[in-house]
Amino acid sequence: MNTNMKFPIYLDHNATTPVDKRVLEAMLPYFTEHFGNAASRSHPYGWKAEEAVDYAREQIANLIGADPKEIIFTSGATESDNLGIKGVIDMYAKKGNHIVTAVTEHKAVLDTCRNLEKRGLAKVTFLPVNKDGLIDLNQLEDAITDKTVLVCIMYANNEIGVLQPIQEIAKITHQKGALFMTDATQAVGKIPVLVNELGIDLMAFTAHKMYGPKGIGALYVRRKNPRVKVTAQMDGGGHERGMRSGTLNVPGIVGFGAAAEICQKEMNEEAKRLKYLRDKLENALLQIEETYLNGHKTQRLPHVSNISFKYVEGEGLIMGIKDLAVSSGSACTSASLEPSYVLTALGVDSELAHSSIRFGLGRFTTEEEIDYAIQHVTKAVHQLREMSPLWEMYKEGIDLKSVEWVQH
Amino acid sequence: MPYSDKVLEHYNNPKNVGTLDKNKKNVGTGLVGAPECGDVMRLQIEVDPETGIIKDAKFKTFGCGSAIASSSLATEWLKGKTIEQALEIDNMDIVEELSLPPVKIHCSVLAEDAIRAAINDYRIKNGLEPINEKA
Repeated sequence: MNTNMKFPIYLDHNATTPVDKRVLEAMLPYFTEHFGNAASRSHPYGWKAEEAVDYAREQIANLIGADPKEIIFTSGATESDNLGIKGVIDMYAKKGNHIVTAVTEHKAVLDTCRNLEKRGLAKVTFLPVNKDGLIDLNQLEDAITDKTVLVCIMYANNEIGVLQPIQEIAKITHQKGALFMTDATQAVGKIPVLVNELGIDLMAFTAHKMYGPKGIGALYVRRKNPRVKVTAQMDGGGHERGMRSGTLNVPGIVGFGAAAEICQKEMNEEAKRLKYLRDKLENALLQIEETYLNGHKTQRLPHVSNISFKYVEGEGLIMGIKDLAVSSGSACTSASLEPSYVLTALGVDSELAHSSIRFGLGRFTTEEEIDYAIQHVTKAVHQLREMSPLWEMYKEGIDLKSVEWVQH
Repeated sequence: MPYSDKVLEHYNNPKNVGTLDKNKKNVGTGLVGAPECGDVMRLQIEVDPETGIIKDAKFKTFGCGSAIASSSLATEWLKGKTIEQALEIDNMDIVEELSLPPVKIHCSVLAEDAIRAAINDYRIKNGLEPINEKA
């Protein structure tokens, strides 16, 4: 086979992305030549580093339509989620202590909220989602009380790519006098995310999901209408306008900036191309009997597809498609045997949740790779179904729900 | 998670995948696990009525690679054994043979359960008491 494909084909871009070579090139001088501390004011090493950080801050602010001063650098989206939520609860403790979030949020949001709840610092409402993965706006409105200081709803879900109606959520939140925060880790750099148009007050995002390096992220904190402040969660030198201490990761920030600029320039074309490839993959796989798409069909990121292959177990399937690097909603690898909480929240049967695979396409995914993936997955599903007692029972017309299973 | 070579070998070339006629008197069928737990094994044995020796064994499994490998290995071991010998197969033998990691031990337990369920189905069909306790 004459091919440029590198195996296994990487289709897990919602987990992380490779660093774009252009990004790496921009970063390299800041490890060696320009190694200065951006906080050193007394010599050119520091000035050079500070200049690079300022430039990157501008590149990142441009991507999301913000003012550079509104970008607070962190170690990544998990820290940004922690800083945003805990920082708001600390800062606005006099106003109230109630948070509204959703059950399908990333663990960095869910566990931060649970931690505050456990320590008696906040009360949290976890909104449910419908079968498409969307929250109900009426339920949101009802959940917000005069004690609510923060509504935190993710932009795009990491497992199914579903996009929440951020603009409407922000509007309702503001009408009720609370702040609106979004974890936009999966969305920034992939689709247009403009903080002013959408009414976002705080936003967590990270470089490594947009072809930048790992270990550098940001929290957007609005400065005007309203002016938002968060209480620092680490004590130290008072960097980042006193909200996040710690010597700035200059090469990481430079890479983050370069990645943001490339995304801004190429996003529209890239999204179009990836949507075409994603749809090609998805349509072909949904042609296979008894396969189901998880999450909203259209209100979704262009590069992700989460599909359940009924009667085939996800981890077994991943082993069968060893030429692809994908991830599964089945957590059979952990001892718990619990399937994905996101899929479960959508009302997906545990059996179907165990049979799910997430395909995440990216900047360097080719049509040749997608064609290969279609063949490879289709073949593996057929082979595993030949081996599946559930498939045989289904074919014999036995209702699996009527079977008395011997639970373990 | 990396799999052992033996798990990979059984997964890629599973032995004895298939279906025996469950209505035959000398065929015992065991179906264990549950779809919502992510593991279902069906294991069947065909016993020679003259000698009492298992002359054929087949399986079908819905589950991860270790579950498929455990059932594949179980069918290989069952063939040529008497019912009494088959009852001696212990899940830890499977763990050892396939080098299963601790999180996959439940796959071997399921395979042992499937063996016992198939044997009991055969015994009941032939007017014998099911065996409840471990041999």
